[in-house]
Amino acid sequence: MTIDILYLIAAVCFIFALRGLSSPQSAFYGNCCGIAGIVLSCVATYIFLDISGIIFTLVAMAIGAGIGIYIAGKVSMTALPQMVAGFHSLVGLAAVLVAFAAYFAPGLFHLIGAYGICKFSLIEMGLGSAIGAITFSGAVVAFLKLEGLYKGTAIPAYANALLLSLLMCMLTYFVATNSATAFVILTIFSFLFGITLIAPIGGADMPVIVSMLNSYSGWAAAGIGFTLHSDLLIITGAIVGTSGAILGYIMCKSMNRSLLNVILAGGQCGAQASANALSKSKAYKNGSAEDIAFLLKNAESVIIVPGYGMATSQAQHALKEMSAILKKEGIKIRYAIHPVAGRMPGHMNVLLAEANVPYEDVCELDEINRDFASCDVAYVIGANDVTNPAAKHDTSSSIYGMQILEVEKAKAVVFLKRSMGTGYAGVDNELFYAPNTMMLLGDAKKTTEEVIKELQNVV
Amino acid sequence: MSSCFCSLFDELNDLVVYFHTMMPFNEGEGTSIHGMTVFILACFVGYYVVWKVTPALHAPLMSVTNAISSVIIVGAILAAAQNIYGFSRICGFIAILLASVNIFGGFIVTHRMLNMFRKNR
Repeated sequence: MTIDILYLIAAVCFIFALRGLSSPQSAFYGNCCGIAGIVLSCVATYIFLDISGIIFTLVAMAIGAGIGIYIAGKVSMTALPQMVAGFHSLVGLAAVLVAFAAYFAPGLFHLIGAYGICKFSLIEMGLGSAIGAITFSGAVVAFLKLEGLYKGTAIPAYANALLLSLLMCMLTYFVATNSATAFVILTIFSFLFGITLIAPIGGADMPVIVSMLNSYSGWAAAGIGFTLHSDLLIITGAIVGTSGAILGYIMCKSMNRSLLNVILAGGQCGAQASANALSKSKAYKNGSAEDIAFLLKNAESVIIVPGYGMATSQAQHALKEMSAILKKEGIKIRYAIHPVAGRMPGHMNVLLAEANVPYEDVCELDEINRDFASCDVAYVIGANDVTNPAAKHDTSSSIYGMQILEVEKAKAVVFLKRSMGTGYAGVDNELFYAPNTMMLLGDAKKTTEEVIKELQNVV
Repeated sequence: MSSCFCSLFDELNDLVVYFHTMMPFNEGEGTSIHGMTVFILACFVGYYVVWKVTPALHAPLMSVTNAISSVIIVGAILAAAQNIYGFSRICGFIAILLASVNIFGGFIVTHRMLNMFRKNR
């Protein structure tokens, strides 16, 4: 009874943890609520355990804590998406292990009825383990992709469908026969399915995948909650599951695609070569740092559009320095963030916050899009696909229909790019060749620093 | 028309009886329905809470949900704390280890991120 009440309080704590994130002011307390919830649920679990068991679990916890603290302290904000993907895989694997523990010691979790483990528990166990395994292997693949260690393989959709139906058959067989072999094979199939599900998806869809995996890890936790008859796990799993699904939906909506379309879009990897060849022949205007400093200094309003290029070159601090100089001149500076800029939801916001960019200067797509027409300079830093006008009129483009930041309406556009290559989605951007566009090629941090130097000379 | 419904009803009834013979409904049924109720209501709570989250904080949202989904550590603790050494106990031990990497890592990273947003106000 006491335990149930503590679990209930913990569940409420988790809800408050998410509720706190509605504003940066309350978010800190939200995080504290989350920590309180976890501590509470562990303490509640410990109440009726004997001391030797507690010590055994504390050893595991201490090792895990050490690793967790080390990783979390060391990770750079640029590598955030990889880290989150890696962490999702751990939740998945933990879910698989708990399902196995429950299967091989059902008495411990009161799962034994008059006929052995009851059928409902078997269904829940099978589902929990399968979703956990899919989360694990999927997140590992996503991690490798984000790290740049693995490029992706095209896998036809029917192979996935086949594997999924095999998985369903195995689940049914497992529930019908209660065979341990079937349980193991089911889990192995799920591991494979996780790989084949994520391997073909790449490019601009990566943020969606990271949030879908977030969602899966929640469903896995909920599945384990059903197995163990724990309301706390069910509630937490359901909340995390919906959270990831909503994030995925928001991003899909801004790309004008359905979630299903993203998940099933296996064959995209090949269609990029033609776009690459196209870009070689056209002429573009190459600006110097001096030209751009002049342009910026004579502007009244500047909108900075950061993309993943800013993250890789760590240019956010230089950007902040540049905007500080311009602000002193009385120039209005704002940042425009596209929902899918970067490789996970909110990635750009974190990087800008790291560089002490004021929260009020950072605007979302809907807030700022109409202001491009009245702005003098759009300073695009490593964001290609989210500014590509092809999304509006080129029906053959793979990003057609995506909502874009309308930088082409600005009086002048400055593009900072590493090279004239195509973006992450592999689509060429006609804006590079527009008459009011100036390209500044090279590492975004270095080029921005050059611009700052020029600005200081002029000012 | 009514006879059509009647036969449909009969068939449904047969189906239910059939399932009752297939599965031992008397045990586990109550808890599963209860679990389903909790699950669906929690989905709605999650839906409304998450839509309220400001887009700027979507990255901390991901890392904090990641941390709290590791509450499956509860199940792992039960498995690892039993007094018989066996496969289940080892599974539990590893599961605790993985989940606590996640819990500590997730909350600390969230904290780091939120601090960045806080100092900019």
